[in-house]
Amino acid sequence: MAANPMSQFDVYRIGPEIKVGAFDISFTNASLFMIISTVSILLIFNLGSKKNSILPNKIQLLAELSYTFVAKMISDTAGSKAKPYFAFIFSLFMFVLFCNMFGMIPYTFTVTSHIIVTFVLAAFIFIGVTVIGFIKHGFGYLKLFVPSGVPAVLLPLIVVIEIISYLSRPISLSVRLFANMMAGHTMMKVFGGFVISLGIVGGWLPLSFSVALTGLEILVAFLQAYVFAILTCIYLNDALNLHH
Amino acid sequence: MVKKIYLHLIFLSFFFIKEAFAAESGGMPQLNPEFWVSQIFWLVLTFGIMYLVLSKLILPKISNNLESRKSQILENIEAAEKQREDSETKLKEYDQIILKSKTEANSMFNQAREKAVKDINAKREVLDKQIDEEIAKAEKEIQALRDNAPDKINKIAIETSSELLQKLIGAEVNNSSISAIVDDLSRRNGDKYYGN
Repeated sequence: MAANPMSQFDVYRIGPEIKVGAFDISFTNASLFMIISTVSILLIFNLGSKKNSILPNKIQLLAELSYTFVAKMISDTAGSKAKPYFAFIFSLFMFVLFCNMFGMIPYTFTVTSHIIVTFVLAAFIFIGVTVIGFIKHGFGYLKLFVPSGVPAVLLPLIVVIEIISYLSRPISLSVRLFANMMAGHTMMKVFGGFVISLGIVGGWLPLSFSVALTGLEILVAFLQAYVFAILTCIYLNDALNLHH
Repeated sequence: MVKKIYLHLIFLSFFFIKEAFAAESGGMPQLNPEFWVSQIFWLVLTFGIMYLVLSKLILPKISNNLESRKSQILENIEAAEKQREDSETKLKEYDQIILKSKTEANSMFNQAREKAVKDINAKREVLDKQIDEEIAKAEKEIQALRDNAPDKINKIAIETSSELLQKLIGAEVNNSSISAIVDDLSRRNGDKYYGN
């Protein structure tokens, strides 16, 4: 089991099998880590918002810095109109970040390394942004596919390309996060396996690689959560402020 | 740079995925749909609860905290500014008071000096007058004495002469004839004794 770098992504049932109709909604290790992530987020931010002292303590500072970080990200990319969606983007960023970071602890499960999880998030964002766009602009939202200043001859081609690029948004968004997480964790596992197989003599080189990779993966874990959130902001910006 | 690393990672990951496909009969666990519904269900449940709690309870509190802190800091800054202005005006007042008292002290000093000078002058005048009077009186006395001196000398000369004559001759001599001689002599020699 340890030799296979993909076995870390196995989902297995914890406890009894739960079935609702034809669907299996059993509690799994993925569910466990989702719960761990959300509970730790709620705990940290609850502790960080409890007391309001002029000089914040560490946990309050953490909560407030995260709040202003996400708020600045949203106002920079999507403007002031995106304020009602702040809570959603904040939750999204924190959820992805905590899932990624918990995955960095050895023997844990990375929720975001599963395409189905990232795809559900991305699809929800895609549908939500499209609905917001149509509510705000009506059928004028379709102007998104017609960039200004394009010669009439090229227009049919450009519109097709724009539509394809728009429709591929949920796929690119979900695959980016999933592939980054899976690739990083697989690489770490492989190098870890090399350390064992090369033993005390030759194992030092892959071990040093492993150490370096751990640092890189922590960076990637943060960066991918950031990218996921900022792309959501950019899509939201398209829906709120039609620029074409 | 970081992008490049990602691209490499993705390429590498595909390499490993192929390996895994070759090694395992099951392939990527991600593509096994057995637990997809369970994952979606738990994702929606946990994320939904977290979103609700964050948006309804926690985030408003944090934003409230930030706002109240901001306003409090602004208030404090305003109060500090006001106090600074107050202290500046007070400092100005203090400076003015000091300036005023300085000029007052100066003028008082000048007045006192003038008064003292005046007093001294007045006293000196009085003294000068007194001295002048005294001098004048003394001069008058001296003048009187000087005026009287020839008469007295004459008288003494007459008496002395008469007594001398009496002793020498033994006879009484008429005073009036002696005085005539003395007067005559003194008139002739007066300039010799009184050089003025």
